[in-house]
Amino acid sequence: MKAQVFVKLKSGVLDPQGLAVSKSLASMGYDGIGLVRQGKVFDIEINITDKTKAEAMLKEAAAKLLANTVIEDFEVVLK
Amino acid sequence: MSARAKIMKIAVIQFPGSNCDHDVLRASALVTGGKSFYVWHKDTDLKGANVVIVPGGFSYGDYLRCGAIARFSPIMKEVVAAAAKGTPVLGICNGFQILTESGLLPGVLMRNKSLHFICDTLSVKLENNKTAFTKKGKAGKTYRLPIAHAEGNYFIDNDGLKSLEDNHQIVFRYENNPNGSLGDIAGICNKAGNVVGLMPHPERVCESLLGGTDGKFMFESLMV
Repeated sequence: MKAQVFVKLKSGVLDPQGLAVSKSLASMGYDGIGLVRQGKVFDIEINITDKTKAEAMLKEAAAKLLANTVIEDFEVVLK
Repeated sequence: MSARAKIMKIAVIQFPGSNCDHDVLRASALVTGGKSFYVWHKDTDLKGANVVIVPGGFSYGDYLRCGAIARFSPIMKEVVAAAAKGTPVLGICNGFQILTESGLLPGVLMRNKSLHFICDTLSVKLENNKTAFTKKGKAGKTYRLPIAHAEGNYFIDNDGLKSLEDNHQIVFRYENNPNGSLGDIAGICNKAGNVVGLMPHPERVCESLLGGTDGKFMFESLMV
């Protein structure tokens, strides 16, 4: 089974990388682009057929390793 | 050294990518007159250490997040257990990041606000001289300590910050904040005061030949 885990900064946490990206986009001539926040996506192949089990495992893995829950939120999407 | 003085046995944890381990090994033994030795991240015991230091560097290449993978190394179980028993544990730079990732210290170190890697010597004010590594320091005094990091921007939520302040867990603050860290925080401790983390490198300023000795007091504090 394939899954994706999206990791994003919590709103309110400063994202200087996202800011640098939005400034770059503006200087490249892309008008009208506003706020940019940079996140991460993990594409994970998981050898478990039970969807509930897989989701629980990935949520735990995300909370422990993939995301730092002090400043990041995550979302697990099973495909 | 008085007859009562404890013989220091300092474990310096090495992860793949640690690069300040040698400086810590040398400085800690030099200043305390004790024994310092490496402990590899895959080891499962601290070899009788009565002090643990997690040095700086780029453990696991800073992959995923600084210290995020190192915190799951086998030796960290022993470091956590030692911290719980009251053993002095010091995290320097990447070591500080590893301690926050492992939950031994609260909060997180994020990318510097400027996005630049900053290599500089700064004035850092000591606020708490009651921790295991700051007893020999003077509260309110500033020390010139070098920094070299791209992820030193300390952050914690409002409740966390209040808790740090209420419990006197803020140990060092920058006089001129180089990285955007909340409250100019450069170093903190746990509630018990035996676990300390800081972004500056005291081990680099323990010999005047190398440019300064303002870091010595942190290792001298172990002998108090």
